[in-house]
Amino acid sequence: MKAVITVVGKDTVGILAAVSNECAKHNINVLEVTQSILQDLFAMIMLVDISGANIPFSEFQDILDGIGKNKALSIHCMHEDIFNAMHKI
Amino acid sequence: MLETKDILETITMIQDENLDVRTITMGISLLDCCHSDIETMCDKVYDKITGYARNLVDTGCQIEREYGIPIINKRISITPAAMILASCEKKDAVRLAITLEKAARECGVNFLGGFSALVQKGFGPGDKELLEAIPQALSETDHICSSVNIGSTKAGINMDAVGIMGNVVSETARLTADRGCIGPAKLVVFCNAPEDNPFMAGAFHGAGEPDCVINVGVSGPGVVRAALKKADSGMDLTGVADLVKKTAFKITRMGQLVATQASKRLNVPFGIVDLSLAPTPAVGDSVAYILEEMGLEKCGCHGTTAALALLNDAVKKGGVMASSHVGGLSGAFIPVTEDAGMIAAARCGALSITKLEAMTAVCSVGLDMINIPGDTPPEVISAIIADEAAIGMVNSKTTAVRVVPAIGKKVGDELSFGGLLGGGPVMPVSTYSPAKFIRRGGRIPAPMQSLKN
Repeated sequence: MKAVITVVGKDTVGILAAVSNECAKHNINVLEVTQSILQDLFAMIMLVDISGANIPFSEFQDILDGIGKNKALSIHCMHEDIFNAMHKI
Repeated sequence: MLETKDILETITMIQDENLDVRTITMGISLLDCCHSDIETMCDKVYDKITGYARNLVDTGCQIEREYGIPIINKRISITPAAMILASCEKKDAVRLAITLEKAARECGVNFLGGFSALVQKGFGPGDKELLEAIPQALSETDHICSSVNIGSTKAGINMDAVGIMGNVVSETARLTADRGCIGPAKLVVFCNAPEDNPFMAGAFHGAGEPDCVINVGVSGPGVVRAALKKADSGMDLTGVADLVKKTAFKITRMGQLVATQASKRLNVPFGIVDLSLAPTPAVGDSVAYILEEMGLEKCGCHGTTAALALLNDAVKKGGVMASSHVGGLSGAFIPVTEDAGMIAAARCGALSITKLEAMTAVCSVGLDMINIPGDTPPEVISAIIADEAAIGMVNSKTTAVRVVPAIGKKVGDELSFGGLLGGGPVMPVSTYSPAKFIRRGGRIPAPMQSLKN
């Protein structure tokens, strides 16, 4: 199963590191990363494979929520299918 | 790979534009719970509901979390209660309502609908008992919703039932006056009621439905409005309709995904997705604001009916391809107290009941969540119901009336329910009397439109 992690907020040092570190820690493979910085606003989208994860998906979401709160960023981690359903026929 | 802009669009829809799935509603047939002894029947009803819907709320929350899409309500709809009450020797409808309340609490659902009777052509066993019990049942429960179908294109309008329902609505308001007249907010009087509607207060599980089914109601007025706001302000109405269609498609696809997942995880067949724009009192989640975004100064001004007709049609056209089975009410809802834009329009006098009545001819429901003066005579409420039912009957569409007599309040006063039901001003109704017309009773014959065979 694949999930999409999106991070939007003010650019600070170590955002990518913090998120990818958590992925590695929980055996979640990062498949693709795109990121853009428009002035100060940072937007990163990560496609990850969570089928080998060593914790339940909801716990991983909670960890990312925690990072988001610490760094004042909006972090979402959602099942890939929601985007496929909405944007692909 | 998914496009960045698509991903961000979805996130924005959910986070900033109030996109949500309004409800996952589990329909449960209670026909096999019939028993001549009311106590035995109530036990069977309780066991069946709590057995089937045991995991409904947990599963809903799980899907919500995994897909990141808010699912606001988890609900249950049941076989119209009057049908199973018919089997009892002692037809104690209040006793049944209290059992249903207990089952709803046990399952943790937000509402349970189906304290209902279908009397469009006349009263069967159990029907009158149920109608008479509605005020007490709604005043003694919190989660139970009631609906009564008093007319249809095929059967005409049962004016005896219409006469009774005026009194039932009044009495329900009086009995719940100490709780902000909340009772009538959970009571709908229908013409052409759909049997698979997941939305409250009118949800019930029709006799033609399977044993158990999952129906999903989507929402998303905020998303449609945001899409129109971002578009070129000079766009013509063909363009507007096209934009609404595209947006409705995306919203419905999400509803279809949630419905499929819920059906799979609960091991219950998928019924329908109800393609509706259901507003909430949250600012930005309003159908009225969509109409204003199209170019009306205030919802309720001349042009509102045309704008709503365009919106309602485009929502259906966009949604129908996005879902494998479409049903329920499907269209734009216009509940006044649940819609920030409607509330504002009613407060400033732009929106009247007469205009709302015209609007119901082109959208999916009827006169919905309207506060009327507390001293409105029951026969006036009956006449409001008759007017709406006539629109539904002649146009072969669902119409409904959910008005709340605000006990002790007069025109311009405010009555608030809180939560999804919102609140708003008391709106004026005509003070001329239709009493003689309503007292005649009988049945308005089915129109020519019913003779399609």
